[in-house]
Amino acid sequence: MIQAQRLRKIYGATRVLDDVSLDLAAGQGLTLLGSNGAGKTTLLRILATLLRPTSGALLVAGVDPAREPETARAAIGMVGHGAWVYEDLTALENLRFWAVMGGQAAGPAALRAALEAVELGGSAAQRARTFSAGMKRRLALARVLLGRARLLLLDEPFTGLDRAGRKWLAEFLLDFKSRGGAFVVATHSFDAGLGVGDRVAILSGGRIVLDRPAAELGREDLHRLYDDLALGPGSAP
Amino acid sequence: MSAYLRRAWIVVWKDVLTERRSKESLNALLFFSVLLLFIFQFALGPERARVETALPGLLWLGFILAGVLGLGRSFLVEQENDCWEGLVLTPGDKSAIYLGKLAGNVLVMAVVEAALLVLFPVFFGLDLTGAITAQVRARELLFPVLLLPAQVPVLLGAVSATEIVLAGQPLAEAAQWLKLLAAADVVYLVVGLLTFEFVLEGA
Repeated sequence: MIQAQRLRKIYGATRVLDDVSLDLAAGQGLTLLGSNGAGKTTLLRILATLLRPTSGALLVAGVDPAREPETARAAIGMVGHGAWVYEDLTALENLRFWAVMGGQAAGPAALRAALEAVELGGSAAQRARTFSAGMKRRLALARVLLGRARLLLLDEPFTGLDRAGRKWLAEFLLDFKSRGGAFVVATHSFDAGLGVGDRVAILSGGRIVLDRPAAELGREDLHRLYDDLALGPGSAP
Repeated sequence: MSAYLRRAWIVVWKDVLTERRSKESLNALLFFSVLLLFIFQFALGPERARVETALPGLLWLGFILAGVLGLGRSFLVEQENDCWEGLVLTPGDKSAIYLGKLAGNVLVMAVVEAALLVLFPVFFGLDLTGAITAQVRARELLFPVLLLPAQVPVLLGAVSATEIVLAGQPLAEAAQWLKLLAAADVVYLVVGLLTFEFVLEGA
């Protein structure tokens, strides 16, 4: 689903991403960890075709997004920092808007089913302005559900979610994966990240300094490795 | 309806619905228009002949400034919660979004222009005093400053045509100005449709 080779992104004199390579097959989930400013969001935005890398090769859903952006974008579902929510529209209206923009069937039944799936059925007629951050994130996921995305790119999806919300999102991602979808989750939440990803990668200073199967990593191992690799040796308390 | 038109229509629907509920642009534009009327009134004084001479220019200046501010605000909505990212990633021709935005702005502007037309005679028939302060953020001011030079032909044509009409001369006298306005409309619409995708991707 993703084949990235030596991606580099440079802003002026700042190298935000440096030689980032990663492969992600259908049915796989990747958890991306890294401190603030490590380059997680930039990498997600490049994978989402919102940014172009300064150099390197990238295939998303089998195509080069620079040459065939439409094909690549049709496969992508994204929930970034902002949830793409219009504050003065209701949850249902927000979904309707994005469904039509995405060229999807936007019947009321399908929209309501998507809202029910993210447990926002009771808030369908409520304006997004009244939603908590967690509810907006669920609304964004309902938008993704409506689409035909095969690759989900999620930036800090667990932020703002309560315990039940985190559990729900983890189940959602596992279910998405079991149906052949792939995802990349950038997060600060080690526990949640370990729970959903098949692989865990740590990004530090724009480089991937660790990429291992999640099954090989225990919680303590991951914390120790993160402290050493992302924060520097001897940084562990 | 084709997918292109459905997309353009849903953008109009979203912008008009958002505006109807928030009234952010309408309130700001109406306030701005009233502010302009105050300034015009102070600048021109009570002399009737002077007001009548300046009226077409003032009217169109009001329309254009309000339009420029409204256009800028309608794109600010897309920055909230990073909605523009979603627009970039939507499939299909991005000019549908431009067309929808354009139509939504025309509708909002029609309301503001109607209000200005009503307020113009009311204001210039009254002796109003007062002090007004407006708070407009810098980024909202930058857009009009950049756009205004491109609007010179429109301003020139519109003011001249209105002057002819208000002077009671036949409409044929204004034909050359109307042609200039029509040409400007076509040029700006086509340029907008062709360049919107690049502008959106580079936002």
